[in-house]
Amino acid sequence: MVQLIIRRIGMMILIMLVVALLLFLINEGDPRLIARSILGPYAQDQQLNAWVIENGYDRSVIVRYFEWIGRIFSGDLGDSVIYKRPVSEIFWDRLGNTGILAGVTFVIMVLIALTLGVLAGMKEGSLQDRAISVFSIITTSIPEYASAVFLVGIFVFWLGWLPGTSSMTSGFDPVQMILPVLVLTLYGFGYIARMTRASMAEVMTTPYIRTAVLKGLPYRHIILKHALRNALIAPFTVIMLQINWLLSGVVVTEFAFGYKGFGALLLEAALRRDIFVIEACGVAAVFVAVFTQTVGDLGYTYLNPRIRFK
Amino acid sequence: MSDHASEPPVLEITGLCLSYYTRAGEVPAVYDFDLTVAKGESVGLVGESGCGKSTVANGVMRYMGHNGDIVGGTIKFKGRDMAEMSEEEIRRVRGKDIAMIYQEPMASLNPSLTIGQQLMEVPIIHEGVNKAEAFQRAYDMLSAVHIPDPKRLMISYPHQVSGGQQQRVVIAMALLSRPALLLLDEPTTALDVTVEAGIVELIAELSRETGSSLLYISHNLGLMLEVCDRICVMYSGEVVEEGTIDSIFSWPKHPYTQGLFGCIPLPHADKNARPLVSIKGQLPLPHERPEGCNFGPRCGFFEQGQCDKGLIPMEGVHTDDDPAHRVRCRRWEGIDVTEAVRVDEVREPIEVGETVLEVADMRKYYKVRDRSLAALVSGGAVREVKANESISFRAGEGETVAIVGESGCGKSTFAKVLMGLETATDGEVTLDGTDLGGIPVNKRTAAQLSSLQMVFQNPNDTLNPSHSVGYQIGRVIKRFGIERDSVKRKDRVYELLDTVKLPRAFMTRKPRQLSGGQKQRVGIARAFAGNPKTVIADEPISALDVSVAAAVTELLMDIQREHRTTLLFISHDLSAVRYLSDRVVVMYLGQIMERGSTGQIFAPPYHPYTEALLSAVPIADPEVERRRIVLEGSLPSPLDPPKGCPFSTRCPRKLGEICDNEAPPLQTNADRHVIACHIPLEELREVEPVISIPDRDELHAAQ
Repeated sequence: MVQLIIRRIGMMILIMLVVALLLFLINEGDPRLIARSILGPYAQDQQLNAWVIENGYDRSVIVRYFEWIGRIFSGDLGDSVIYKRPVSEIFWDRLGNTGILAGVTFVIMVLIALTLGVLAGMKEGSLQDRAISVFSIITTSIPEYASAVFLVGIFVFWLGWLPGTSSMTSGFDPVQMILPVLVLTLYGFGYIARMTRASMAEVMTTPYIRTAVLKGLPYRHIILKHALRNALIAPFTVIMLQINWLLSGVVVTEFAFGYKGFGALLLEAALRRDIFVIEACGVAAVFVAVFTQTVGDLGYTYLNPRIRFK
Repeated sequence: MSDHASEPPVLEITGLCLSYYTRAGEVPAVYDFDLTVAKGESVGLVGESGCGKSTVANGVMRYMGHNGDIVGGTIKFKGRDMAEMSEEEIRRVRGKDIAMIYQEPMASLNPSLTIGQQLMEVPIIHEGVNKAEAFQRAYDMLSAVHIPDPKRLMISYPHQVSGGQQQRVVIAMALLSRPALLLLDEPTTALDVTVEAGIVELIAELSRETGSSLLYISHNLGLMLEVCDRICVMYSGEVVEEGTIDSIFSWPKHPYTQGLFGCIPLPHADKNARPLVSIKGQLPLPHERPEGCNFGPRCGFFEQGQCDKGLIPMEGVHTDDDPAHRVRCRRWEGIDVTEAVRVDEVREPIEVGETVLEVADMRKYYKVRDRSLAALVSGGAVREVKANESISFRAGEGETVAIVGESGCGKSTFAKVLMGLETATDGEVTLDGTDLGGIPVNKRTAAQLSSLQMVFQNPNDTLNPSHSVGYQIGRVIKRFGIERDSVKRKDRVYELLDTVKLPRAFMTRKPRQLSGGQKQRVGIARAFAGNPKTVIADEPISALDVSVAAAVTELLMDIQREHRTTLLFISHDLSAVRYLSDRVVVMYLGQIMERGSTGQIFAPPYHPYTEALLSAVPIADPEVERRRIVLEGSLPSPLDPPKGCPFSTRCPRKLGEICDNEAPPLQTNADRHVIACHIPLEELREVEPVISIPDRDELHAAQ
């Protein structure tokens, strides 16, 4: 197990370096383009060249790449072209905001999805199963922008219970979190729930569940001790993939509620070619993707003794 | 027994009817089923797949799934009607008073709980004992089922132990609460014969100790003979005959029971003089059962007006051995069922021709890479698995050579090398003068491919589900360049279908429309499409029901006789091997332990492994006496084989250190009868035969 962890972490670092290289080549491969985006569309060729030499961009790409990596480790992410401030000042703040939104959503979503998935899969074909399945299909097929508008219509304009924006202008306010979390949960839980349901339904038909039943174990005990553990192996990977989506896929929701998050930052930066912000966001997104995947694989191995003790 | 006369029987089933509800409506799976199991008694339910025997066990457990139900009759457990018990009461009976042992031990154990956890929960739930005591109980029970290292096993997961040990765990689990009734659903079918022998002995021993009654469910009549006091023969949802073992085996009254006996390769059967007789037709689907007797359309004694009307009741037969012998047949008094299996046809033995296939000192080693860091450091990263070690034998034209051995003995690797799916590491495999050992399948010519073909074990997996039967056979003919013209090719497919006795209309059928036996026939037709000189049949009948297996066996023999094909019959079933092969090669852990003609193999001198193997096979004939040798331990890992004789770790006749350290010499007993053993031939010759068969004719004369 220890060996596996070491190997996987090694792989993770390697993947990170390769993807970061690609990211770097795309953004900083051509120094003149950087100069252009910083000096603006009206800069002359001479000015561009002067900028390139002045800032050391005439050196080889590889040297600059490792320099860049070194800077990242020391916490220097460069300066934002638009905000004219160090990227790190904006970036961590935004990442933290999204982290809160994603974390809260994740916990609520996974709890609901697993509970409903297990309840549905326990008795395949029952009324309970069909009700849960239909409900989760419906919520998953409504895109976030539609449900955001719909929920805002109900809770903000009709009932007037909740604020319609979540910009947190006067400090952190949990009430403003409710609608974004609700929108994300509704959209995201169905997928996990259906995976869990399928996995649970399959486990319930296995001979070892029959063994457990015919051993005379109480139903609760069969579900909790015998079925659940096996049924959670398959959805685990899907759950880890959801974290990825929660980080960079929540742009729509963030925009809909004016939430100052990571997705919104990345979108703005991409639209306005804010190179260093794009790079920072890109590295962060890749890190989360690779990290969750690694945790997913390790967790899968841990949950499944057939792989763990080979 | 008299002590318990006042007690009600452990299980009393009367008029039980069980149904499944499907889209086609209600399907009666079992009906009018009566059974009484007394205390300490062992009763068998025997029948082919689909006859409803497992459904009965599920009915007793009240575990019918969401689409099954008990629609009539009563099941009384110790005098209490189970229909009157609440869900909670049923739950308390399950696992405590009635326990079950299943066919697939691996699948029946939870893969993500340790064996200890799975055992301990039984006394914890049923008797409310604390963890420490539960641990002790589980530990003691594991020792009682003769598991060598119970401590280690308690913390192991099911996949970490061998199949035989898994089944011992399942047995331990069932016996933990000392149930009054034990249901055994094909408990040894998935296991190797030598392992089966150990399990059977264990069950008998433990049930004697605990006084549990046993309800055995199996398709294996030989096993039934060994383990049961009484048996019920089931056919298509009903019991057709019941009685004591002696009575049923000596005086079978129902044509189906007798038909089953005719399908089993008993020691006195002979492929030429006394061939197997299969039962014609096939089992009716539950919703297509005929009026009157279910067996009617397949019965040789069928009489219109008598057998095709109304419900046929069970009638008492009262034989000498059993006054309670009953049969479900209207004509039983007027017929002599032994006529059904009497065949006057005596076939000419095939004369064995020149050597077609010669294997000389063939070796197949696999390289296994150990990817652990420790192995990389120590340099032992690549290890060799000796899947086949110096295999030598030859087979003549028209000859049947059987390769026998338990799972993991290397017989499938050997077939792969012959087919070219793997190439030999060393040695020669000569077919018709060409060494094929080093030529992989994609480098072989069409002629080489077509002259060596294979019939596979599981017909369900080997046919492409999306192509018709005709297309699949036709494609082989085309690929081998036998017939290019499409009209002639179609004729050839028809001929092949005729050869395997399938209707020509099957040309356009898809595999899913065929039964298992029919699919296997298609597999045989496909193998014979290129007029092969040699056919490898890898367990061709082990996935089939008794009566279907008999028909497929006979079919193979017929085709072989006609085409003078050399047949390599890979099998673990020694009864079938004895019946149809001319020569036998016994393998263990990749090496040949003994080879010789069938007569030589089945008579002393034996290799100790052959001896154990022979003694492990149950024989469905009460007249046959069999010496019992039960092997201890399990097959060593091929990664770490014993240094000397591969069998030394389990050999009951081990001499001493020489067996551990030195490879056994090849001793030639007679012409081409070779035994690899350290024990001198003279000593090997001295043993009694494992199986003694009384002379049938003498017996008949005495009666």
